[in-house]
Amino acid sequence: MTKSIDADMVRRVAILARLRVSEDEVQRYVGQLSRIFDYVDLLNEVNTDNVEPLTHALPVTNVLREDVVRPSLSSEQALANAPQADRGFFVVPKVLDQESS
Amino acid sequence: MGEVIDTAALVRSGSSSAADVMDACLKRINSRDKAVNALVSYDEDRARADAARIDKKRADGQTLGKLAGVPVVVKDNICTEFSRTTCGSKILESYVSQFNAFVVDQLIDADAVIVGKANLDEFAMGSSTEFSLHGGTLNPWDTQRVPGGSSGGPAVAVASRMVSASLGSDTGGSIRQPASFCGVVGLKPSYGRVSRYGLVAYGSSLDQIGPFATSVDDAALMLEVIAGHDDRDSTSVNEDVPVYTDALHQPIDGKRVGVCDACFAEGLSDDVRLSVESSIEKMRDAGCEIVPIALPHMKYAIASYYMIAMAEASSNLARFDGVHYGYRAAEPRDLADMYATSRGEGFGAEVKRRIMMGTYALSSGYYDAYYLKALKVRRLIKVDFDAAYQRCDVIALPVAPTTAFAVGEKVEDPLAMYLSDMYTVFANLAGLCAISLPCGFDGSGLPIGWQLMGQPLGESTLLSMAHHYQSMTDYHLQAPELATK
Repeated sequence: MTKSIDADMVRRVAILARLRVSEDEVQRYVGQLSRIFDYVDLLNEVNTDNVEPLTHALPVTNVLREDVVRPSLSSEQALANAPQADRGFFVVPKVLDQESS
Repeated sequence: MGEVIDTAALVRSGSSSAADVMDACLKRINSRDKAVNALVSYDEDRARADAARIDKKRADGQTLGKLAGVPVVVKDNICTEFSRTTCGSKILESYVSQFNAFVVDQLIDADAVIVGKANLDEFAMGSSTEFSLHGGTLNPWDTQRVPGGSSGGPAVAVASRMVSASLGSDTGGSIRQPASFCGVVGLKPSYGRVSRYGLVAYGSSLDQIGPFATSVDDAALMLEVIAGHDDRDSTSVNEDVPVYTDALHQPIDGKRVGVCDACFAEGLSDDVRLSVESSIEKMRDAGCEIVPIALPHMKYAIASYYMIAMAEASSNLARFDGVHYGYRAAEPRDLADMYATSRGEGFGAEVKRRIMMGTYALSSGYYDAYYLKALKVRRLIKVDFDAAYQRCDVIALPVAPTTAFAVGEKVEDPLAMYLSDMYTVFANLAGLCAISLPCGFDGSGLPIGWQLMGQPLGESTLLSMAHHYQSMTDYHLQAPELATK
């Protein structure tokens, strides 16, 4: 019922997912994803009119607590696993390139 | 009794020292793990120091906890401050958590010693423990076969008797299926029974931590230690933890075991079907009533489950961005390139596939058709189980359609791998507790497991039924040859 998955669609999804994929991977995903989503189309046999989605199995909704200050990670701890850090900050490459800034 | 219970009692009373227990455990690990690759890291010096601290505690007159001196391993997606937590992924290869998971603190408070971390499919995504940065784990009953997954490492560590108990995580069967393939007991608690704080998230509405052990008694004790309310996990249930080791001995006379014919239909191997059916007969002999139940939406469970799990995975794994922790690609052009390249190089094939599918299912134009539809079908599956539990106390079914499959057999066919979870995903979708118990061997000598599924927070009843079954059988006492080396 849904549109089949082609290479353009796979490339578009990879951009949304922020995943660099090789052309080989694109071709592999076209086949694998198509097959899996064809199987998932089985769900269309089920009449779900007036059925509420179930996001998780517990009968709890909002869990509240007192808004009190508690110990949390220190700045050093928060940065301990950072690939690159400097003077208390995470370091990332420039966001915009020279021409567009 | 159980090995964990016995060891803890000996150490508590002073008949054994934690140091001696640890020495013996490290010897077993050193002689057995090379053959199966169950562990990804362990630190002998730290384990010995922890054991010595427990002996000192006792010498100082303190009463030791429920797991006094018991060596355990935990799956490598459970955070520990004292070692790396890699999730079997290149993207977390050098990650050291700044905090312990709730369950890790519970184990330490009970005076267990966490010897090391156990192997898994990358980010717990898989059914075979073949997809790991650390290489695959092998089944100790036949090293040409997979141990199941994704908690293959914790299952094999117990099956080959390196340790008496371990912790895994179960999102769609990742404790029960490897328990079945390896011939040990594996328990997935009800959703919310055990805090997920410090478990690296895969499918947050499905994930649950639970124990592996060689007996139901030991699994009950492990659950008793790790269960409980934790306000750092908003889905942690605020209910008292029963004394499961006492609940085991409840009478099971007149308890109703639900059986759904559709669970014994096509796709189930004969060896597995016969063993599970004969286990159900044993429950009848023990005084249980066997009642037929219907699960009308059963055939849609896998499709619903994988849509939900992949959608949740694609959201949860967005945090691996090369900024806060983990692998970062060398010399990125700009920020967007750094994200995409770090993730493209850091994640393995199966994880990328699931992120792609989850992102697709959540993307504009497909959200209603896939993700929302799956959640509605999930509701119908839950309603099926609510109705079934009006008629029975537990449900009996297989764990997996076959025994352990060959290494490499399903690597190129992801859908076939997913379909092998057909009997386990229900419990995660509906928040049920479920246990896998050894119930026989197939023609090649590979273990078979059967599954009992209980109501949410129905662990006491579930464990008592499991315990009675175990007292009538000796399958759980069989160990592979590797366990004698």
